Amino acid sequence: MELLVALSIGFLTASGVFLTLRARTFPVVLGLTLLAYAVNLFLFAMGRLTIGLPTIIDSAQGQYADPLPQALVLTAIVIAFGMTAFLIVLALKARAELGNDHVDGINLAQDEASLEHTLPPQKPNKQVGKTR
Amino acid sequence: MTSLTFLPLVVPLLIGISILLIQSLGLKRQRLISFLGAVTLVWVSINSLLVSLEGEPQVFILGNWVAPYGIVLVLDQFSAMMVLITSLLAIGAIWYAIAQQIDGKGAHFHTLFHIQLFGLNGAFLTGDVFNLFVFFEVLLLASYGLILHGGGRLRTKAGLHYVVINLIGSTLFLFAVGALYGILGTLNIADMAVKIAELPAEDYGIVTAAGLLLLLVFGLKAAMFPLYLWLPQAYANASAPVAALFAIMTKVGLYAIIRVHGTLFGSTAGDLAYFYMPWLLALGLITLLLAALGVLAAKGLREQIAYLVLTSVATLLIGIGLNTPAALSGSLYYLIHSTLIAAGFFLLADMITRGRGVYGDQFESGNPIYKGILLGSFFIFAAIAMTGLPPLSGFFGKLLILSAALEHDWFAIILITILISGLFIIIAVARSGSILFYQTQINQKPEITPFNKYAFFAVILLLATSPILVILANPITAFTESTALQLLDKIQYIDSVLNALPIERPQP
Repeated sequence: MELLVALSIGFLTASGVFLTLRARTFPVVLGLTLLAYAVNLFLFAMGRLTIGLPTIIDSAQGQYADPLPQALVLTAIVIAFGMTAFLIVLALKARAELGNDHVDGINLAQDEASLEHTLPPQKPNKQVGKTR
Repeated sequence: MTSLTFLPLVVPLLIGISILLIQSLGLKRQRLISFLGAVTLVWVSINSLLVSLEGEPQVFILGNWVAPYGIVLVLDQFSAMMVLITSLLAIGAIWYAIAQQIDGKGAHFHTLFHIQLFGLNGAFLTGDVFNLFVFFEVLLLASYGLILHGGGRLRTKAGLHYVVINLIGSTLFLFAVGALYGILGTLNIADMAVKIAELPAEDYGIVTAAGLLLLLVFGLKAAMFPLYLWLPQAYANASAPVAALFAIMTKVGLYAIIRVHGTLFGSTAGDLAYFYMPWLLALGLITLLLAALGVLAAKGLREQIAYLVLTSVATLLIGIGLNTPAALSGSLYYLIHSTLIAAGFFLLADMITRGRGVYGDQFESGNPIYKGILLGSFFIFAAIAMTGLPPLSGFFGKLLILSAALEHDWFAIILITILISGLFIIIAVARSGSILFYQTQINQKPEITPFNKYAFFAVILLLATSPILVILANPITAFTESTALQLLDKIQYIDSVLNALPIERPQP
């Protein structure tokens, strides 16, 4: 079981890192989600992997499953969920305002053309009358 | 007096929620509540500082569950100082936002602002690593909303980078916390320090790795090399009061390094004691050099101030990395100064930007600025304070750090880096001042732009802290010295957290 959990965490992290480094916002969002899954599994495993044990100290069982990492994972899931929702909305906003879904908002010619009505007004020509 | 420890947390939370509830009553009432809330917070923070000066760290046991099983809030001199700086910053930023009507340009400005204060104060007061993570998330989520406040393409782009990099930081934070919990079995900072002191040698590797991972996360927040690239664009594109409040955001990372690393890997940690200090010092030196180059290369005033914030962070990293009581005390003095002055400078930059009309804050010759003499005088004042020239407080902060550096093995490198980068930023700021105020198009009349004197009062309020820091230098350095000694005294912190007594239940 240890090997399986370790491999899952490693695979999720590797995929998450790979996707986070992509140039488009949607893979980045997916990558961050995968990283969040990986960290949830990791936190869970840090309470030691046990099967069929209660989360309370029971003298009949002898051992117990650590409840604290489960509480931490619960908090982490909620936070990651909220953050992902926010990031998706932000990515959509960026797509609408920048005209493409590149993370750096690179201005391509065809994007620029579709954006004309949303661009701020151009600066006036400043080449006239410099003092120096 | 112990029961007052939680007030800096509860006040902004309640104010934030109540502003949300009275939203239908209009912006004016929201402003009133928001400003009164900020004033209350200053009063509460001063009270906390007075309580902390009594000596022992004040421990508040949430839900009456004693540490290490329950969550505690710890108020010592350092956290009280950070809470007070935050509240002073908040009052200046809120005043400016109200006077310039920036708060009406998007929804929920005041709510987000107070929730951010809640997150900041929580991060400063908590005595538990996981709680620190939660408060980081609270302040980050509020800051995501604030950084996008007002809208615009550049803001969206910078905001997207800021959000993504901080989400990665949060994930790394959880990895580090998980690894530490897996080995130590506790998340209370004081208890972790006790467990690390008794750590068997075979676990040193993983605890060191987790400690460095935490340093990476806090370094990301503090904008340490090589993790600073998000900062200049984010700060330069945020609206002025938000940028002013964000002057404290980098200091949260520094606070976390001093608090968490200083306690976990402090003098009690045996072989692991202060293993992270060379990293801090070396990365601080590199950050300082690159930030000074950034100040030289900046194309606009706000971008330049963002890089100036970065130089102050780097100087603080060096001061902390020197690892002596004198250096820590000097760093705390410099921290107070750099936070408040950077915030005032951001607000001043916004006034200058408005005065220049279409030219914005770009370094190119534009129209003469309306009320240029007043704004220019304050620009010189802020520039002298920020670059660390005498007679203002930046000079004394740097002097304290530099004189402490003389005892360090690397003193030659440290002195050369700080002084050369200081020269770079003086040249750069002098050049930008001359472009903005002197190199104007002579045949043009100043464009009459609205000059908001109420808003200017917020700038004066924040910048006035610099002469105050100089005039009161003796009591303030005495305070930072005792704070530094308290920070280095791990035993007192650990004892007061672990031996805090719960409140007795009333007998039925």
